[in-house]
Amino acid sequence: MLKLESVNTYYGNIHALKGIDIEINKGEIVTLIGANGAGKSTTLMTISGVVPPKTGTVTFKGENISSKNPDEIVQMGLVQVPEGRHIFPYLTVQENLDMGAFLRKDKPAIKKDLEYVFELFPRLSERRKQTGGTLSGGEQQMLAISRAIMAKPDLLLLDEPSLGLAPIIVMQIFEIIKKINRENNTTIFLVEQNANMALKVAHRGYVMETGRITISDKSENLLANDSVRKAYLGM
Amino acid sequence: MQLEYFISLLLGGLAKGSIYALIALGYTMVYGIIQLINFAHGEIYMIGAFTALIFSTVITYTMPDTAFLINVGISFTGAIIFAAAYGFTMERIAYRPLRNAPRLSALISAIGMSILLQNYVLLAQTPDFLPFPSLVPNFSFLEPIEYIVSSNQIVIIVTTIIVMILLTLLIKFTRVGKAMRATAQDKTMAQLIGINVDKIIAITFVIGSSTAALGGVLISSNIGQINYYIGFIAGIKAFVAAVLGGIGSIPGAVLGSLILGLTESFGSGYISSDYEDAFAFIFLVIILIFKPEGILGRKDNQKV
Repeated sequence: MLKLESVNTYYGNIHALKGIDIEINKGEIVTLIGANGAGKSTTLMTISGVVPPKTGTVTFKGENISSKNPDEIVQMGLVQVPEGRHIFPYLTVQENLDMGAFLRKDKPAIKKDLEYVFELFPRLSERRKQTGGTLSGGEQQMLAISRAIMAKPDLLLLDEPSLGLAPIIVMQIFEIIKKINRENNTTIFLVEQNANMALKVAHRGYVMETGRITISDKSENLLANDSVRKAYLGM
Repeated sequence: MQLEYFISLLLGGLAKGSIYALIALGYTMVYGIIQLINFAHGEIYMIGAFTALIFSTVITYTMPDTAFLINVGISFTGAIIFAAAYGFTMERIAYRPLRNAPRLSALISAIGMSILLQNYVLLAQTPDFLPFPSLVPNFSFLEPIEYIVSSNQIVIIVTTIIVMILLTLLIKFTRVGKAMRATAQDKTMAQLIGINVDKIIAITFVIGSSTAALGGVLISSNIGQINYYIGFIAGIKAFVAAVLGGIGSIPGAVLGSLILGLTESFGSGYISSDYEDAFAFIFLVIILIFKPEGILGRKDNQKV
């Protein structure tokens, strides 16, 4: 479904992604783990077209999207929940969700998806008239994921959904991620520092170090891999 | 007599404030969306006035029997379309290439654009003042109270109210309006939900330029003369109004403009008209000492 082939991305003079290859198949949950500054978020921003690659290709549903605008990529069904949640602080919860469906015109289906996210996160339904900025961190993360669901993605990119959240909320968020994958057959590409949790929900994983993919394997193998255990699982 | 004098100052101030508001909208909307003080915005207002003058003169001389209202309609529409086109082009060539550059670069580009447009009109037209025809009909029902309020002032105030209502509806309820608000609040996220940010920024420039042109034509028709330099002082005043109200806030810009218009009107009416321009800036200094973010500004504008 998504394929990155020898992608190189630069921030000015900084060579952030050094020829990375990633492949994600339909229906999978794939995770990308690595330390701070390894280039995980840059990978997602490159896929979404916000920071286009300098060389290499990004292919989505068989189409080369490396030079497409971010809005065209969203239109194709590739949606990202960025790190730090990026809730629109002065829009209400309801308006934030409406914005998620910005490119959609199928009103009845939008309404159904709205009911679906309120079912996933009843808390949001209670707070639909509150502005986004007044929500707690956990609620904002729920809203960010819900907003992405409203775009009806075929491939959902999640950047550090567990960042700064209480363990119980993290558990809940990961449960929802599995649920979305199972119920809607949404493919998920999950970037995480919480490698332990990420590898437990993902089918496969990539390990990233300073702009390069160093290991790529099934999750259970990565969980058993000595160097991964030492570097990312704290064991 | 005292009361009539007061009312005439009040209405004069409101009319003045309305014009500032029409210009200040462009400053505040552009700032809200790309954090740029578009110093060339006053020039757009001036170009709007010149376009209307050209249209109306051409119509008057080539087709003298054109009905007055048709002439007015074409002049206003022409001014708005031309100014919008200038605003759009300006964003394309002077600001879009600098979208990811430091903010200072874009600011310098704006100042350059302002000087360029002023001198372009100076060369293409004339350095002298040109007479500007009255493009507002004289309402006969106002004749008995003409010494209190003129037809021009009424038209200015009513037009501004209509523009404000339309703009509020646009921003609150339409798709474009929602996209504008989202883009102003978080540009990266706006892209990630599928908003074409470049397009929204262009639309913002077009709307701001249109209202500035409208203000330019209305006030020129009231004053009766224009030259290439009128955009500078009007632009600075409207900028002051936008800062006063809280730059980035649309209701703030309107409020700031009305306060500024009224201060100038009452100040020059009751104290001395020599200091008319000074009142605006004294007021700005006082407000900024006590409320640096402006009257309706947000304190937390700085995003991490």
